[in-house]
Amino acid sequence: MVPPLITVRDLHHTYRAGTDAATPALAGIDLDLRPGECLAVIGGNGSGKSTLAKHLNALLLPTAGEVRVDGIDTRAPDAVWEVRRRVGMVFEHPDNQIVAAVVEEDVAFGCENLGLPPADIRARVDQALRTVGLEALRRHPPHLLSGGQKQRVAIAGILAMHPRCLVLDEATSMLDPQGQREVMGTALRLCREDGLALVLITHAMEEAVCADRVLVLAEGRCALQGTPAEVFARTAELARLRIEPPEMASLGRALAAEGVAVPASVLTIDQLVEALAPRP
Amino acid sequence: MIRCERLTHVYGRGTPLEARAITDVSLSIEAGEFVGVIGATGSGKSTLVQHMNGLLRPTSGCVYLDGVDIHARGVDRRRVRQQIGLLFQYPEQQLFDETVAADVAFGPRNLGLGEEEVGIRVRRALELVGLPPERFGARSPFELSGGEMRRAALAGVLAMDPRMLILDEPTAGLDPLGRREILGHITRLHRERGLAIVLITHSMDAVARLCGRAFVLDRGALVASGTPRELFADPAKLEALGLGVPQVTQLARRLRERGLPIPGDVLTTNEAQRAILNALSVRGRGAL
Repeated sequence: MVPPLITVRDLHHTYRAGTDAATPALAGIDLDLRPGECLAVIGGNGSGKSTLAKHLNALLLPTAGEVRVDGIDTRAPDAVWEVRRRVGMVFEHPDNQIVAAVVEEDVAFGCENLGLPPADIRARVDQALRTVGLEALRRHPPHLLSGGQKQRVAIAGILAMHPRCLVLDEATSMLDPQGQREVMGTALRLCREDGLALVLITHAMEEAVCADRVLVLAEGRCALQGTPAEVFARTAELARLRIEPPEMASLGRALAAEGVAVPASVLTIDQLVEALAPRP
Repeated sequence: MIRCERLTHVYGRGTPLEARAITDVSLSIEAGEFVGVIGATGSGKSTLVQHMNGLLRPTSGCVYLDGVDIHARGVDRRRVRQQIGLLFQYPEQQLFDETVAADVAFGPRNLGLGEEEVGIRVRRALELVGLPPERFGARSPFELSGGEMRRAALAGVLAMDPRMLILDEPTAGLDPLGRREILGHITRLHRERGLAIVLITHSMDAVARLCGRAFVLDRGALVASGTPRELFADPAKLEALGLGVPQVTQLARRLRERGLPIPGDVLTTNEAQRAILNALSVRGRGAL
């Protein structure tokens, strides 16, 4: 088996540690993430999802425990830039992530900070824009793009740094349905075809079902973990954790309760169609 | 109740950054209606609704409230804003006071109401959003969870005692339960108190479940309107506009393509369940 790209061991994080206002956010997380793997992290507001995500590229450092990216301890001196060129993050609000006045300059920003020669940067930016399907808009001012296009510009900026892992922290939640399709389609393709490790922090269960593995956080701990089919089969525990199963899973279960032959593993529209009306 | 007539809004008119946000939009919304406003990011949804309570002044066109042009001379715009409450995106960013009760009291106090009436309205508004005043009134708004903060902000609008509530993406960023809670409160306000609701959303499922009618915007123009059933009957058109149809509607269409006799206009999980059970029993009898 391929060795993990990211290992998280007994990770604890407390905001304002050591003060009266200390707030524990993560309380002992263990996690391995391999190249080409897609992990969805779900959980209620305040469960620690974003705090965990920010440890993966050293935006936050552990209060206790350890996070290693490609073998590098994120707390090591000078680790920050080595970690961030390997793990890129895209956040919820597209407008907060744009730094330049022209799309291709925005995409080049991270590479320029790596101090690469201009010809290399040019080649990487061209490649990244092709990958996200925005080469035609390279000279456009980013503020005139749609939300989905802006998020793809942010992804291109990360790709140009040749990362090993992409973390999408609620990156589709402000987007219209078309923008959601664009961003999820691009991210999943990079994961499946190019071996990029992908972490989806999401409230959208129809996104979580695309992952290889789902991690459910509650009060800073891992409450459930497994394949989407395993996790979403635990309906009673999910209800206690304030998580609603994907709509197709609920519908499948309701039909099964009426005597229709729908397997409990059904999570998506495709699977439910196959169960109810198999291709002749 | 509200009528927009040939509304056009241009931001930064006469500057190099001039941008036309909405163009020639005419529509009307009756008292007690529940309507949705959908459209791709940047299609003009927020600009449109900010005209409905006079927050934005149209570049051309008119907005009528109960038949009166709200920008006519002598019209009290504060009264317009009292009657038509607007909850912005991420309204919790606008909470500011030391306690939840003080924050909710800000609006009604500005209307010049007496302290006793303000107190009554604050308690009632907090109850309406499921934040019992005895438990939440004295707390700092900044200690609440994301969903609770959002509901506290909604209480601030309700304390103005509006007849219409405009909600700009009220569920963005909330977890599924938080979403369900706030939509539940909004549905009750509509059903039990007769408030007209205008809901801006990217969730086609929410439109299908909640709205009686929806308006579809595309690059600032009103390109379609109708009941969810009418709108979602043409998925290709909605997809071309950057939108989509609810998941169960997609499912129903796929099952039809595979030959199951299911109506194509299924909108909710319950409808889908009934339609599938019907279709299977029809097919079962056919096979006998």
